[in-house]
Order: sequence, then C-alpha cells, then structure tokens
Amino acid sequence: MMAVVIVLALMTVSPFFFIGLINKVKAVWAGRKGAPLLQPYYDFFRLLKKGEVISGTTSIVFKIAPSVNISAVLFALLIVPIPLIGSVINFQGDFVLFAYALGLAKFFTVAAALDTGSSFEGMGASREVTYSTIVEPAFFVVIGSLALLTHQISFDSIFAAVNFSTHYTALIKILLVASLFIMLLAEGSRVPVDDPNTHLELTMIHEVMILDYSGPDLAFIQYAAALKMTIISILIADLLVPSYLGLLPTLAVLAFIMALVFLSVGIVESLIARSRISHIPQFLFLMTTLSLTAFAVIAFFLFGVIG
Amino acid sequence: MSWVEIRNLQAIPLAEIPRLPIEGLRLQLIEKIKRGGRLVQFFGDKSSDGVVLFAVVADDNASRLYVASSSFTAERVYRSITPEAPSAHLFEREFHEEFGIVPEGHPWLKPVRSSIPGIAGDETPYEFFSMEGEEVHEVGVGPIHAGIIEPGHFRFSCHGEKVYQLEIKLGFQHRGVEVLFVRNGGRPIYLEKLAESVSGDTVIGHAGGFIRAIESLADTVVPRRAKLIRTIALELERTAVHLGDLSALSGDVAYLTGNSVFGALRTRVINTTMAICGNRFGRGLLKLGGVNFDITPQLRDKIASMIDELDEDVSLAAEVLFSSASVLERFEKTGVVNRETAAAIGMVGPAARASGVKIDVRSDHPFGGFEFIPVHKLTLEGGDVFARAYIRFVEIQQSIRIIEEQLSGLFAGDMKNELGQLSKNSLVVSLTEGWRGEIGYVVITNADGKIRKVKVKDPSFHNWLALSLAVREEGISDFPLCNKSFNLSYCGFDL
Repeated sequence: MMAVVIVLALMTVSPFFFIGLINKVKAVWAGRKGAPLLQPYYDFFRLLKKGEVISGTTSIVFKIAPSVNISAVLFALLIVPIPLIGSVINFQGDFVLFAYALGLAKFFTVAAALDTGSSFEGMGASREVTYSTIVEPAFFVVIGSLALLTHQISFDSIFAAVNFSTHYTALIKILLVASLFIMLLAEGSRVPVDDPNTHLELTMIHEVMILDYSGPDLAFIQYAAALKMTIISILIADLLVPSYLGLLPTLAVLAFIMALVFLSVGIVESLIARSRISHIPQFLFLMTTLSLTAFAVIAFFLFGVIG
Repeated sequence: MSWVEIRNLQAIPLAEIPRLPIEGLRLQLIEKIKRGGRLVQFFGDKSSDGVVLFAVVADDNASRLYVASSSFTAERVYRSITPEAPSAHLFEREFHEEFGIVPEGHPWLKPVRSSIPGIAGDETPYEFFSMEGEEVHEVGVGPIHAGIIEPGHFRFSCHGEKVYQLEIKLGFQHRGVEVLFVRNGGRPIYLEKLAESVSGDTVIGHAGGFIRAIESLADTVVPRRAKLIRTIALELERTAVHLGDLSALSGDVAYLTGNSVFGALRTRVINTTMAICGNRFGRGLLKLGGVNFDITPQLRDKIASMIDELDEDVSLAAEVLFSSASVLERFEKTGVVNRETAAAIGMVGPAARASGVKIDVRSDHPFGGFEFIPVHKLTLEGGDVFARAYIRFVEIQQSIRIIEEQLSGLFAGDMKNELGQLSKNSLVVSLTEGWRGEIGYVVITNADGKIRKVKVKDPSFHNWLALSLAVREEGISDFPLCNKSFNLSYCGFDL
C-alpha cells in the first residue's frame, strides 16, 4: 500500500521532468546549453501565481474545462497499471474507462476551444478531433491484441500476464511499442504531428486550442498534457519491464524506460520536420497498421486461426 | 511622341520626358509591357496645375529604361491599365489613393495603405472580399501576431483546411517616408539615416539605392574603393538574410537542425558587417559620396577567412537540409507560383527567379560596383517553397564568390568624394537588387536643385500579391511557410 502511494506520488510529480528532458535533448542537439532540466516546474509555479484573463464571450464550459481536464487525466493515472504494483482501480474492461477518461479530457479541451468562438481555436479543435478518430480505435486494437494474447480483459491482469515469453511475443511487443509511441507523439502534440514550439497559430493543433488560457488554468492544462504523455509512457514500459525483478529494480527499470521514451521523443523532434497537416493521417494510420499487424500475428501464430 | 530612353542611374532633365495624353500613355504602356517590358515605376507628382503621372518601363534585355509622363489638370478619370497589364494593379491603386484620380475599370480598386480603423476617424472601413456558403469559413489573422513580426492583416476564406482566397491588408506602419525625404531634404545625414530605415532588414539595399540616385543627380563620381566596399556590404547583407531565411524556413516546419545551424551561420555574417562598420545590419556604413568605414588589410583577411569557412559550412548545412525527406515533404509543391503568373504580376527578386523569371538588376541594369562584375542570373523552375528556399542557397554561394572577388580586388584609394550640387529640374531612376529583389527609387529635383519628390518602391510592393496567389488551394496550415518563403517587408510596403 505504501509502495502504491509513493509510486503514484512520484508519477504525479514526474511529468514536467520528462518534458524538461525532451527540451534538453533538443537544446543539446541544436548546440545550445538549453533551459534547466527543471524549467517546466518553474514555469508551472510561475503560472500558478499569475492572474487570469477570461474572454467575455466564453461560458462556464471554458472555465471548468481545465479542471475537468486535469481531473480526468489524474483519474486515468489511477487505472493505468504500474509494473509489479498494479493499478488502484481495476475491473474487467477497465481500459475502456481509461480510454474515455482521456477522451473526456480531450472533449472538454475541444469544447472550451469552440466556446471561445475564435476561428483559430475552431480549426485546432477540428484537427484534434479528426486525428483522435484515428488514434482512439488504434488504441483499442493495441489493447485488444494484448487481451487476445493473454485472455484477460482488465489492464492489470493483461500486463501481469503479458510478460511470459514465447517466440512471438518479442515481435508483438516491438509492434505494440511502436504503435504506442506513435500514440504518444499524437496525444502529446509532438513532432511530426504537431509542433509544440511554434508561434504560428495557423499550423497549431493543441497549442491553438488553449490560446485563450492564462495563469493557473494554463498551468493545469500544461500539466495535464505532460501527465498524459507520462501515462502513455508507463503503458510502453508495461510491455518492456521484465517481471522477474524485485520491487526496487523493477521501479528503476521502469524509470529508465520512461526516460528512454522521452529521450526518443526529443531525438525524433531533433531529426525530423513536422509533417504537412494533410499527411498526418498517413502517419497516424501507421499506428493502426502496426497494431493490426500485431493482432494478426497473435491470431495466426498463437491460435492458428482468425476469429 | 516616343518615350525617353535612359539607363539605370542616369539623371535627365524633366523637360526631356515626353508629356503624353493619358490615353496615349496607357496604350503605349500596355504595348511595351506586352512586348516584354516590365513596369518599374508608376506614380504621381503634384505640380502647380494638377498631377503629373510618371511611368517607367524597363527593357531588361537591353538594359534600358523608358520614361514618359502625363498630366491631369481637370479630369479625374482615366481608363485603367490593369485589365490588360496586371502588373500595374497595385501602382494604379496607389496612384488613386494618393491623388483621387480614378482608373476606370480597375478590377480591385481598394485602399493600399489607408483605411486603418482607429487611425483616422473619418475613413471608410476597408471592405474585404467575402465568400458566402454554409461550409465556407473566414479566418482573420493579425495585425497583431503571436511572434515578433510586423503588423499586417490576412483574411482567409476557407473550406475546411483549404484556402480559397487570401486578402492581405497592409498599411499599419505607414510613416510617410516619401514626405520625410522631401521635408528634411537639406540634411545629408538625415537622408542617409532615413533611407537606411525604410526597411530595417534591407539597410544597405535601400540606403545604397537612394544614395546612388542622389549621387547621379549631383554627378558625383564615387571612388572605386568605396564602390567595392558597398558591393561587399550589399552581398554580405544578402548572404545574412538568406541564411536567416533558411533558418526560419526550417523553424517553420519544426526542423531543429536547419533552424539552429543556419541561424548560427547568419550570426557569423552579420558579425562581419559589424566588424566593418560597428553595426550588424550595416547602419552608418554608406554615405552620400562614398562610405564611412574602410576595410583595412587586417579586416580584409578576417573577412576572407570568414567567407572561406562559411562557403564550406553553408554547403554542408544545405546538403543536410535539402536531403531531409521530412523537410522536402513540406517544401516541395507547396505554394506554387508558375512562371506565367510571376511574369504577369511583375514579381521581382529571388521569388521571381525561383519561378523561372530571368531578372536580376545586378545583371540587367548594373549599378555601383556591378558595372565591373558580371552576374549570372540564377533561376529555378518549380516556383514552390522548395525553389524559393533553394534559390537562396545558390544565391548565397554566388554572393560568396562575389565577395571573394571584391576582396581580392580591393586596392588603395579614396573612401569618399565631396557631393556636388544636385542638377535642377531633373529626374533619376535608381534600381538596386536588394536581397529581396528590385528596390526602386525615383528622385525629382526642383528649380533650386532641391529634392522635390522621392518615390520609394520596396520589392515587397511587387511580391505581396504573389503570396496571395501562392496560397490559393493550399492548406491554411501551410500559409506561414509560404509567407516565410517570400519573407516580404511590411514597413517597406507601408512606407
């Protein structure tokens, strides 16, 4: 019980560290010294101390959206299984709740963006929703593949059972890790899907939806976005952390893999340009393809049949 | 009566410029443009009995300029030139705005720089072209932007992500530059500073263009050494801005490597300009009659070694940028302006050359040091963002060659000559190839040999329309990239 509380507490404070890690990788790649690793924390506390400007055209939706957003993502953290520790909330089919907790956060972000009546934010919302329609089903294929593999239908038991090793699991894991990594880039609004550093409103997706926020609300939104990425990186780690280690080594490996994931995000952002908006679906469909391939591999080789 | 034929920077008495009836001028102007001439200037000048309209057409192949004028006394209407020669479109709007003379049949007779809400209360609000339809939506951007950029308003009519039409409203930075030139005409230092400030990113280009115009009117011979230093400064400016643009283009597509590497290279170049004159943008370097700062032998060696290193590093960085698949995906086939359109609307500079229009003032109408330097006109065919990016790379290489050559030919000599009296009642046309394209100045003197009229034309004046056309049928999210690929000046346009 103590371990659960400590680990969850660590997970709640770690997201900005990982964002700082991405920024550091990019800075080093660009030949700059870069902002301190902990800069996102400083920014967070700076924003908390600030006042807020709220547009007169907005309604209650705009005001509650950041709180709903942060609560929903924190709730998702309670469902996601942590290696050896498990999750706080688990029941059969809990991954559906997980997906829609994140979905709820997104829904309110989008609704708040539309609430402002700004044409920019409307465009951002439209893009966000369009890409979600590709990512969300692909996520269910990922979890569905694992469920098929393990014959389990709750997050906790799926990931507890997934770590047996056969000839095929390595391949399946590679496919699913790649798939989840694409989801991380899409949900985290990173290159090549979105450009977190741009000032060009017309090209933004996530950033443009939150243009009207300031102060603590903006701090909440940025925290929720970082936490969402952290949660997806835990899912990736779930597939990779070996099950035969003790508690502390497991947690060390977990932290290492999560850091590695964010390091990779930084490297991706350093090496490639952002995709053209009209080509982003092609990139996202790669997630669908990868997860469907994993599903097919499982269906064919482990069970010899499909359906 | 035929038009008077002059060369770039050749001062002529006003009396030699034929005064045609407006319909005759119109027909001959259209005829000249149809035969491959390029409209370079078209502006009005208030005279005692009305308004005199001057038109300058360039024959780029023959290195000649043709000038004619027409006067408006009582009549306030004439038949528009634009329907038959689209490159006149903005010139006619400007003429209409300044003098209230209506070009009848002009398809798009809107304000150019006025109609800014809140500046003058009595102005009629600007009416944007609007599209109707259930699925059409409008997006307005600016004049206040998210980054540190100049003010301009962009109105998009879109269907989803696709842009049908973009209208650009400028004028937010109108400072009255042309009037200031005349009002403070007596003080040379003021004129130099003013010319340097027309567009902050084209200090050497604008100051050079203006200063050469005045020197021609004063019949002042600039020492060879000063010409070489000016040429070096102009090419350093071109190199620096092109490098900055390649950096910014990389930044706009979130390509970190290009963004940082080209940014760092640009710093080296502007620091070299600083080593020459103490200012990274070259302010204070040029002077009426010559230059204020010398390039000493030590400095020459320093510049030479910088240029040497730069040459190698630029090639390396460009190789990485232009071979990156993710960058090419963004650059290629984005924001295409084809050659016919580019020529028809009178585009200039690297943007025109990227569309395959063979014009370069350095070669067509040599000025300053370029009288002694053959400049090969570099063109590409694509007309897309890639072409506009790549032409910058090849122009950087070209500029590096020019600078190398100038440095080796830098022999001892004077840095400046005294500026003489300006010829009376004269006109001079000055064309300069700035990094953005053709910078045009026309200076007219009065009977006392004082400046009476200065007409300034930044290359942006020709190219803003090209940007509107480039983004048609493109995704709205690619607009910033297209915009950056032209990198036009707002204040240079607004004057």
